[in-house]
Amino acid sequence: MADIVLDKVSKRFPDGTVAVQNVDLEIADGEFVILVGPSGCGKSTTLNMIAGLEDISSGELRIGGQRVNDKAPRDRDIAMVFQSYALYPNMTVRENMAFPLRLAKLDRQTIDAKVDEAAKVLELTPLLDRKPANLSGGQRQRVAMGRAIVRQPKAFLMDEPLSNLDAKLRVQMRTVVSRLQKQLGTTTVYVTHDQTEAMTLGDRVVIMRGGSIQQVGPPQELYDHPRNLFVAGFIGSPSMNFLHAAVSDGKLRTAIGDVPIGERIRRELEAGDAPRELILGIRPEHFEDAELVDDDTRRRGAEFTAPVDIVESMGSDKYVYFTLEGERASAAELEELAADAGADFTGGGASLVTRLSAESTVREGEDRRVWFNLEKIHLFDPGTGRNLTLHEGRASGALGGS
Amino acid sequence: MADTTTRAKLRWGLLDVIVVVFALVPVLWIASLSFKTPATLTDGRFWPREWTLDNYRSIFDTDQFVRALVNSVGIALIATLVAVVLGAMAAYAISRLDFPGKKLLVGVALLIAMFPQVSLVSPLFEIERQLGLFDTWPGLILPYITFALPLAIYTLSAFFKQIPWDLEKAAKMDGATQGQAFRRVIAPLAAPGLFTTAILVFIFCWNDFLFAITLTSTERARTVPVALSFFTGESQFEDPTGAICAAAVVITVPIVAFVLFFQRRIVSGLTSGAVKG
Repeated sequence: MADIVLDKVSKRFPDGTVAVQNVDLEIADGEFVILVGPSGCGKSTTLNMIAGLEDISSGELRIGGQRVNDKAPRDRDIAMVFQSYALYPNMTVRENMAFPLRLAKLDRQTIDAKVDEAAKVLELTPLLDRKPANLSGGQRQRVAMGRAIVRQPKAFLMDEPLSNLDAKLRVQMRTVVSRLQKQLGTTTVYVTHDQTEAMTLGDRVVIMRGGSIQQVGPPQELYDHPRNLFVAGFIGSPSMNFLHAAVSDGKLRTAIGDVPIGERIRRELEAGDAPRELILGIRPEHFEDAELVDDDTRRRGAEFTAPVDIVESMGSDKYVYFTLEGERASAAELEELAADAGADFTGGGASLVTRLSAESTVREGEDRRVWFNLEKIHLFDPGTGRNLTLHEGRASGALGGS
Repeated sequence: MADTTTRAKLRWGLLDVIVVVFALVPVLWIASLSFKTPATLTDGRFWPREWTLDNYRSIFDTDQFVRALVNSVGIALIATLVAVVLGAMAAYAISRLDFPGKKLLVGVALLIAMFPQVSLVSPLFEIERQLGLFDTWPGLILPYITFALPLAIYTLSAFFKQIPWDLEKAAKMDGATQGQAFRRVIAPLAAPGLFTTAILVFIFCWNDFLFAITLTSTERARTVPVALSFFTGESQFEDPTGAICAAAVVITVPIVAFVLFFQRRIVSGLTSGAVKG
């Protein structure tokens, strides 16, 4: 077990593209860190550099205090689980798991004992003599994990290990991975593009975009206090609503009416050289059916009326989509997020997704009065993407305030 | 449904029979001729009236044929081995690496494969005489390797491309050196490809007549296909047809044995289960 330190690590490919740029990251011993971001953000390249499968162009990588830039993967003593599992098809499950131990030239008894133990932990014992071709997806995934844990490496690297499983199994395996990591207490770096996995698994989450780190912090902190538009839009499902907002007369003119600027936000706006055009961000759960809000709560928010487009009842609550008139928020970050999600914003006006209580009687097609929590709104600078409402002191560790 | 499947089966079965008969009749005809006595050789019967092993006895009596057989086996095996080993290394590099001149290499390999061999025979003859390679084993092995390599490279790189690269990365992460990863993970998976290539190359060397007849002059390096053409009867009035047929049967046997032996190793779908499926 060991800590992993990336010190201004960059990756430039021979054709000149920069995949990873000056990444600074300290991963503590035993920590479970998630690298997350849209495809092409450099998360897998970063992982491969830690693994030693990619050369580091500049910067330093230290594992357990030792510089390992020029060490071959086999000398770094770290194990990796691949998205494709990469099991050796010509070997049985037992031989697959024993492979790293045999290469390490351990004696037969030790190998057998270690494989049996790992198989027990992952409930693979009855499958030890099978070939990978005769295993289900979930079983293969467990064998891949077994091959990683069997030699007790300094660290685990996992490259989207669950993305080939079907949805139900993925949720199950998520808890298995989580439990296993806690049990073994081994430093783990886990790459995923799935923000749900990022939120649920990690001690800390690293959000990457275009080869650089956007924000590092515990999942809840990223959710509550995103440093910029990109993080705000990436974390959360359904994602945060973004509306164009113009500052005038101490108010924000938006598609959901004029939003009074509270004392807290006014101070933020006056303090900085804030622009007159902003992007207002608010998460779906900070809306509520106005009928269901008591007076006390009502005072902390504002209300608007909008036509209901679609109602999705989830049982525990309702996702209600509204169509709004007026301008859509636009920023480079938002377009990138939309492109990654494979969705183009529907043309015309802005739309809004809200999460309302299940008791709400909202119906499709009607106009509905909706309340939203003013204390929870975020304001972003469309040019830089910076979150203007973020308290400086709350910005997370590695990057500090900017 | 059952009706159509039965009919489909019948149709396919009939087609199979036609193909097999078409392919095997000449072979059986030669085998039949090799067992006939000189008197009944031209009786036009498919099944010999009088069986004799004289033809076989006669070819093994002369040193000429046995010596040629040894030459053939030796030359073909050595050429196959070298071509497959070199081809495997080249194909591995082509399928895995991006190096300058890769396209050129592949293109040149293809060019060699398509080059009319007949046009090379005279220059090769001159070159080999100058170098003292004429009428020696290396004198045949070298051109065989040259012409078998493109075939080997093409076949093998197709096989290597099927092997997921993740397996190699996984082996490296598991503590293998580049060499260990190749030997213990990649090579076993590429085995069907290696055997297929070996068979193709072996057959190519074994069957060659053109190079063998131009680049040899004595029993030192003469291979069987050439030796056959030098067969004569015991007297000038005797037709060596029976002996030639017997020899043809004898040289077909190693090929069949070779293919049957390696066929067991050519198991398709060996890589299944490696990655998601």
